Amino acid sequence: MRSLPRPAQVYICVIVALAVLVIAQAPLGAIDWPTLLVLALLFFICESFATLLPSEGRVHVSVSFSATLASVVLLGPVGAAVIGAVALFAMRRDGLPLVKRVFNGAQFALSAYAAGVVYELAGGYTGVPTGEDFSWIIIPFVVAVVTYVLTNGLLMIFVLVLTQGVQSVRGHGGALAPSVVPYLGYGMFGLLIAALWGTLGPLSALLVLLPLFAARWAFAQHAAQQAAHEATIAALCQAVETKDYYTRGHSERVSRASVMIAREIGVRGGRLEAIRFAGMLHDVGKLGVPTKVLQKSGSLTEEEFAAIQLHPMRGLEIVREIGFLDEALAGIMHHHERMDGRGYPMGLVGDEIPEFARVIAVADAFDSMTSTRSYRDARTVDQAIEELRRWSGRQFDPEVVDAFIKAVERHGWQRPEPEPRLPAGALETAQHDHDDPSVPLRVTGDGDK
Amino acid sequence: MSNTANPERGGWHGFESGQALLAAAAGLLAAAVVAQTAAAGLTQPRVAVAFGLLVALGELVRISLPGGRESAPIAAAGAIGYALLLSVGGVPAGHGAVQVIAVTAIGMIVGALPHVAVGRSPRLDSMARRLFAVTAVALCFRPLASWLPTVERQVWVILVVMLALLALAGLVDILIASMVRTASLHIRFLTALRDELRAQTALGVAAGATAVLIALATHAMGIMALLVFTAPLLVTQVAFRRYAGIRATYLQTIRALSRVTEVGGYVESGHSRRVSALAVGVGRELGMSEPDRLMLEYAALMHDIGQLSLRDPIPGGATVLAAAEQRRRIAEYGAEVIRRTGVLDHVVEIVRRQADPYCPDGVDTTLPLASRIIKAAGAYDDLVGSSADRDRQAAALERLRLDTVEYDPAVVEALSRVVERFAAASSL
Repeated sequence: MRSLPRPAQVYICVIVALAVLVIAQAPLGAIDWPTLLVLALLFFICESFATLLPSEGRVHVSVSFSATLASVVLLGPVGAAVIGAVALFAMRRDGLPLVKRVFNGAQFALSAYAAGVVYELAGGYTGVPTGEDFSWIIIPFVVAVVTYVLTNGLLMIFVLVLTQGVQSVRGHGGALAPSVVPYLGYGMFGLLIAALWGTLGPLSALLVLLPLFAARWAFAQHAAQQAAHEATIAALCQAVETKDYYTRGHSERVSRASVMIAREIGVRGGRLEAIRFAGMLHDVGKLGVPTKVLQKSGSLTEEEFAAIQLHPMRGLEIVREIGFLDEALAGIMHHHERMDGRGYPMGLVGDEIPEFARVIAVADAFDSMTSTRSYRDARTVDQAIEELRRWSGRQFDPEVVDAFIKAVERHGWQRPEPEPRLPAGALETAQHDHDDPSVPLRVTGDGDK
Repeated sequence: MSNTANPERGGWHGFESGQALLAAAAGLLAAAVVAQTAAAGLTQPRVAVAFGLLVALGELVRISLPGGRESAPIAAAGAIGYALLLSVGGVPAGHGAVQVIAVTAIGMIVGALPHVAVGRSPRLDSMARRLFAVTAVALCFRPLASWLPTVERQVWVILVVMLALLALAGLVDILIASMVRTASLHIRFLTALRDELRAQTALGVAAGATAVLIALATHAMGIMALLVFTAPLLVTQVAFRRYAGIRATYLQTIRALSRVTEVGGYVESGHSRRVSALAVGVGRELGMSEPDRLMLEYAALMHDIGQLSLRDPIPGGATVLAAAEQRRRIAEYGAEVIRRTGVLDHVVEIVRRQADPYCPDGVDTTLPLASRIIKAAGAYDDLVGSSADRDRQAAALERLRLDTVEYDPAVVEALSRVVERFAAASSL
C-alpha cells in the first residue's frame, strides 16, 4: 500500500469504505441467510480455483461471475454485495497481496450491489423465481448484468490509471471492449442457476457450473498447448540458426517486424498469427544449403548461388504440411522475390508476389542490415530505413516499406545488441548474407551485379 | 516416405470385424425400435421432436478429440436427458424406452447426414457406442419413472437414481470404446481402459451434468428449457474443440519440422517418421499410457535434431555407425534444443538419454523406457531404412538382439513384432 501513489491510496480507501457502508447499513433480518451461505461457499470455491474462462482478447471471465449474478436474483443487492466481498478470502495460488485482495472484494461488492439495485429498479423480483415469473425477470436481469460489467470495468480502469498511469489503460481499452459479450453470456448462466434454485436448491449451481469447470480445464489446456507450440517452433528455428554465429535471433526479429507491418496494413486475427509463424520459419530452408557455401568468403560459383536460391523452396518443403500456415506458405516460398522480377526462386514481378512474401522481404532485409555481419558492423535503424527507401519499388513493395516506416516511428525498433565482430578466422562464420540488400551476393563472372 | 497407418491420428482406418459387429448390432437395434415406434405411434410428439432435434444438432456439431476420438457431448446430453425426463412443465412424460432409443437413433442419423453429404464418412463405431449408452439408461430408467417420488417431495432420491444411471452410461461407453481401441491399436485392454478414462471423463461429466439439468429444467420450466440449459455445455464443447485443434496442430508442426534434419542432409529421407511410427508401435506393445506415448512420439520425431550441431553430416545419417562419444554429444545437443522450448521436459530427458547403453555393467534401471525404445527403433531404421527387404529386416533385428549391452531385449522383441505387423499390413 505504501508503495502506491497517494491518489491511488485515497481511491482504494474510498471504494473499501463505500463497500463496508453498503453492507453495514442493511437490515440483517431481511437476508435469506441459508441461501447466502451456500452461494458464498460456491463463490469462494470458484474464486479459489482460479477458474478463469477465456474470452476474446486478454481479459478473462471467472466462473464465479455466474455465482454473483445468481445471487443478485436470489438475494437482492445487499446479499449480492456480501457474496462479492467473499473475494477477499479467496485462496489463490498466485498469492495476491493484501491490498489487491481488499480492493477486489470491495469492487466486487460494489458492482454486485449496483447490479442488484438496478435489477430491482428495472422491475426484477428478488427471491427464488417460480415458474410463472421466469420470463419476466429476463430483461431486468440483462440490465443487471450490463450494470455489473460496467461498474466493474470502471472501478478497475480507475485503479489502473491511478497506479500505473493512463498509458496502461490505453492498451487495455481495446481488450475490454470486445469482452463484454462473453461477460453477458457467462452472466446469463447466473440466471439459469437462479431459475432452477426453486427445484434443486444449491444443486442447480453445481449442475450449471460443472460443464463450465470442464470448459475451463479445456481452455487452460488449450492455452498451455498454444504456448508450447509457439515455444517449440521458436526453439527449432533457433537450432537452425546455430549454423551461423551472427544470425542468432534473426527469425524471432523478422517475425516481430513482419507482424508490425502486417498490423499496419490491416491484417487481423488468424492471418496475423500465420504471418508471425511464417516470419519465424522463413529461413528454415537454409539448412538445405551446405555450410561451406554459407561460410565461403569471396565470390560464389553459379552452383553455389543456385544452392542459396533454392532455400525458400527447401523451407516450403519442410513447412508445407503445417496446415494452419495456409497462405503464409507462399510468404515463405517467395520472400526473396523482387518487385522488378529479378528475385528468386520464381522471378515474380510486382503484384504477382504474394502479400505475405512482400512483407517478410522487408522485415528480413531490415533485420539483416541492423545486425552485425562478419564483413561489416550493424547499421543504425535510420541508415537501414534509408536503404529500404532506396530499394523501394525495385526490390521492395513501396506500400510495405511505408507501412514499416510508420510502424517503426510509432513503436520504435529494438536492434539486437551489437555483437562484437570476431577477429577473422576466430570462428567459422558466414562471409556474406543473402538477406542483405546493400551488399548483393557476388557470383563469379557477374562482377557488376 | 512410408505411410504407416496410425489410427491414433483419427479418420477411418479399415473396417475391422469387431467394429463391424458393433455397428451392425446398433443398426439392427435402431431398425427394430424405429419400426416398433412407427407402428405404435409417438407419445407426446412435440417433446419427442424437440429432443430429436437437439440430438441431431449435437451430432452435427460433434467434435474430434485428441487421439483420434470422436465425441458428441450435446447429442449425448440431449438423448440421456430425454431418457431421464420426468415431466414437461408439470405434464408427466409418458414415453417408453423404445421411443427414447428410436428418437435418439433418428436424431443421430439426421445429424450425421450433412457430414456424409460433404464426404466425411461417419465413425459408425462411435455412433454405435453413443446409442448403446443411451439404451442402457433408457431401459433402466423409463420403467422406473412412474415409481419415483415427485421432484418437489424427494429430489434427492431422484438425483441418486439419475447419477447411478449416468455412471452406468459412462461405463458402457468407456468399455465399448476400450474394446474397439484394444483391437484397432493393438494395445492391452487395461491400457485402453485407462486411456479412455483419462480422455473422456471431463467431457463425460459435463455432458452428464447437463443431461440431469435438461431433464429437471424441462420438468420445471417446459420445453424451452432445453435450449437454454444446453448453453453451458456449448461453452464446454467449444473449449474442447479448440483444445483438440491445437493438439493436432502441435503434432503436425513437430512432424513437419522434424524433417529439417532430412532437408539438411543429416539423415535419410523419412527417417524421423519411420522411427516415430515404430516407437509408438513398440510403446503400445509394452503398455505405455497415451500421454507417455505422445511424449514418445514427440521425442522420436525430434531424436536426431542434435545432428544439426554437426558441421558435416554423418554418411547416411546413421548414428548407429557413429562412435559412442559422438552419439552422446548429438543426444546432449538435441536435448538442449528441446530444453529451450521450456515445455517439453519429459521429451528432453528421453532424447538426452537415447544414446546411453541399456546394460553397461548390470541393467541401468534409470534409463527411461522411451529412451530405450527410441534407441532400438532409431538403430533399426538406420540399418534398414525404407527398404522392404525381409532378409535385411531380419538381419537388423538379429544384430540388435545380440547386442544386449546396448539394447533392451524386451524392447527388441516388441520391435520385431511391430516390424512383423507393418510388413503384413503393407503386403495386403
